[in-house]
Amino acid sequence: MLAFILRRLMQSVLVLLSVALIAFAMFRFVGDPVNQLVSLDTPAEQVRQIRESLGLDDPVIVQFLRYVANAAQMEFGISYQFRQPVTTLLAERAPATLELAFVSALFSLLVGIPMGVYTALRRDGVLARVFQAVSLVGVSLPTFLIGILLIYLFAVTLGWLPSFGRGETVKISGSWSTGLLTWSGLKALVLPAVTLGLFQMTLIMRLVRAEMLEVLRTDYIKFARARGLSTRAVHFGHALKNTLVPVITIAGLQLGSIIAFAIITETVFQWPGMGVLFLKAVQNVDIPIMAAYLVMISALFVVINLAVDLLYAMVDPRLRATLKGA
Amino acid sequence: MNEPVLSVRDLTVEFVTRRGTLRAIDAISFDIAPGEVLGVVGESGAGKSLTGTAVIGLLEPPGRIAGGEIRLSGRRIDDLPPGEMRRLRGKRIGMVFQDPLTSLNPLFRVGDQLVETIMTHLPVTKEEARKRAIDLLAEVGIPAPERRIDGWPHEFSGGMRQRVVLALALCAEPDLVIADEPTTALDVSVQAQIIALLKRLCRERGTAVMLITHDMGVIAETADRVAVMYAGRIVEIGPVREVVKNPQHPYAKGLMGSIPSLEESRERLLQIEGSMPRLAAIPKGCAFHPRCPHAFARCHVEKPVLLESGAGRVACWLYDGDTVARAETAA
Ligand SMILES: Nc1ncnc2c1ncn2[C@@H]1O[C@H](COP(=O)(O)OP(=O)(O)OP(=O)(O)O)[C@@H](O)[C@H]1O
Ligand code: SF4
Ligand SMILES: [Mg+2]
Repeated sequence: MLAFILRRLMQSVLVLLSVALIAFAMFRFVGDPVNQLVSLDTPAEQVRQIRESLGLDDPVIVQFLRYVANAAQMEFGISYQFRQPVTTLLAERAPATLELAFVSALFSLLVGIPMGVYTALRRDGVLARVFQAVSLVGVSLPTFLIGILLIYLFAVTLGWLPSFGRGETVKISGSWSTGLLTWSGLKALVLPAVTLGLFQMTLIMRLVRAEMLEVLRTDYIKFARARGLSTRAVHFGHALKNTLVPVITIAGLQLGSIIAFAIITETVFQWPGMGVLFLKAVQNVDIPIMAAYLVMISALFVVINLAVDLLYAMVDPRLRATLKGA
Repeated sequence: MNEPVLSVRDLTVEFVTRRGTLRAIDAISFDIAPGEVLGVVGESGAGKSLTGTAVIGLLEPPGRIAGGEIRLSGRRIDDLPPGEMRRLRGKRIGMVFQDPLTSLNPLFRVGDQLVETIMTHLPVTKEEARKRAIDLLAEVGIPAPERRIDGWPHEFSGGMRQRVVLALALCAEPDLVIADEPTTALDVSVQAQIIALLKRLCRERGTAVMLITHDMGVIAETADRVAVMYAGRIVEIGPVREVVKNPQHPYAKGLMGSIPSLEESRERLLQIEGSMPRLAAIPKGCAFHPRCPHAFARCHVEKPVLLESGAGRVACWLYDGDTVARAETAA
């Protein structure tokens, strides 16, 4: 088991190093970063000094190692647009994005799994067919369109929920400001979370349905029936557990893509998160922010992946056994 | 009174498909007496598994019982509501499937699957159920059962897993066990052990067995009577010695021709010329007539019924008194 964890950690470090290399390369390919900091009439001597202070005359490999070392300490340089440390900018906005992503993921799991189980067990039921049809809409409509439709219905027409912003937030422990503790914060979260989670929810529903149908056809389910176990024990004791094992993997990976896809939802709802910051950075060629965002999102993916693998090993005794043997 | 444990009359199973109704089991009838072992043989697709599945009430749509009746110790069970039928499964009728590697849920400990089944059928506490599970594991020959009970299925070999499956099928002392090719998926070296175990456990408990297999050697050693199936029908049924040594039906003759002797007989069935028809294309009259070396006019039009012949019964017009008489007058 330890060997497995170590091996996966090594792989993760390699992945992150490659991402850091790409991020680092962005600085070089999108022009001389000094040009972003100086104007046309800055004296040549001053330009040279800036170059030197930034270490831009050092060999590339040294610059890269420095970038990695800084990144490891959450140090991503100064934003061109805001003239502020990138880390501070991201840290300010991270809670908004992470809370949104977390609530979306929770929504997609808590609604997607029961719907998937239901549609698998009542394959020919009317409601199951309705769920199936709705899920098709969920996967085929683009996120921004869903967001706009929801805003039109619940914010403009019915006036139940706000159409933009985070509502009131409360500061907890230093830099983390949460919208989960105020009524307006919670209300503001509903529409963006549903918008962002809808695609994942339908995906999880379809995955659970397909997986459950597959499991229900297996010999051990047939044998469980032949042993006279109650329908409930067969469906929710045996079949569901086997269904959820592969779902863990997908759901974990989806959490990563929820965070990445938050960009669109944040834009539609003017959500003050990292996604909006990233978009602004792209518009203004603010490389430090773009690079830092890239590295952070990949780090997140890697961590989630690692957690999923460990969780998987915990749930499935067969995998645990092969790991012990390895 | 020696009432049969299982009594099947004119059981018919059909699949309703878009292209019409397929009759997979065609009005079969047989009895199994208490403690008796009935062997069921026949080519792949003959309907052996389907018969077992219908008896235990686990047919899945589009399959359905389209006619006939099934009685367990005299009580009709084919029309029971699902809840009542479920309570019979595992308690009165046990079932063992072909592949022990896939019969156990890989995510549940062996002991949990046993305890769960025992507690479903018997009014015992969890501790009692666990004790009973350990005893059962010991009885089916699992070494160190008090330790192995907490093992996962993947930690058991194929033979050991089939022993666990037997323990599961027998844990509520059913009157009848349906064993559907219980050794086909196992190593040859352990097949005989598992069959011997099944035989011993059932004899000790007086459990009747419906033993589905391709292995004529197993039938010869284990069964009291044997039913030969072909294209969803029973073509011959009788005491095992008679049917194996002196088969009557032309198809059964072909089958038994493949056994050189009762001892060294682990071969697959000899292929009779041609193959069994698909369900959609079962010929009129005797389903075997395209392959039968003795077929005559009547075989093409009239479906043979099971007729008494010697110690057993045979579905072949060759053994119909009328035909014999007619054939003699013609000669
Ligand atoms: N769901 C289904 N739909 C249509 N036909 C089916 C279905 N299930 C089984 N059959 C048909 O029923 C017939 C009997 O099948 P069954 O499984 O009982 O055969 P078997 O005698 O057990 O064969 P084997 O020796 O291969 O196990 C076969 O012709 C099969 O094609
Ligand atoms: S009934 Fe006719 S075709 Fe069928 S087995 Fe007998 S002789 Fe052959
Ligand atoms: Mg079969």
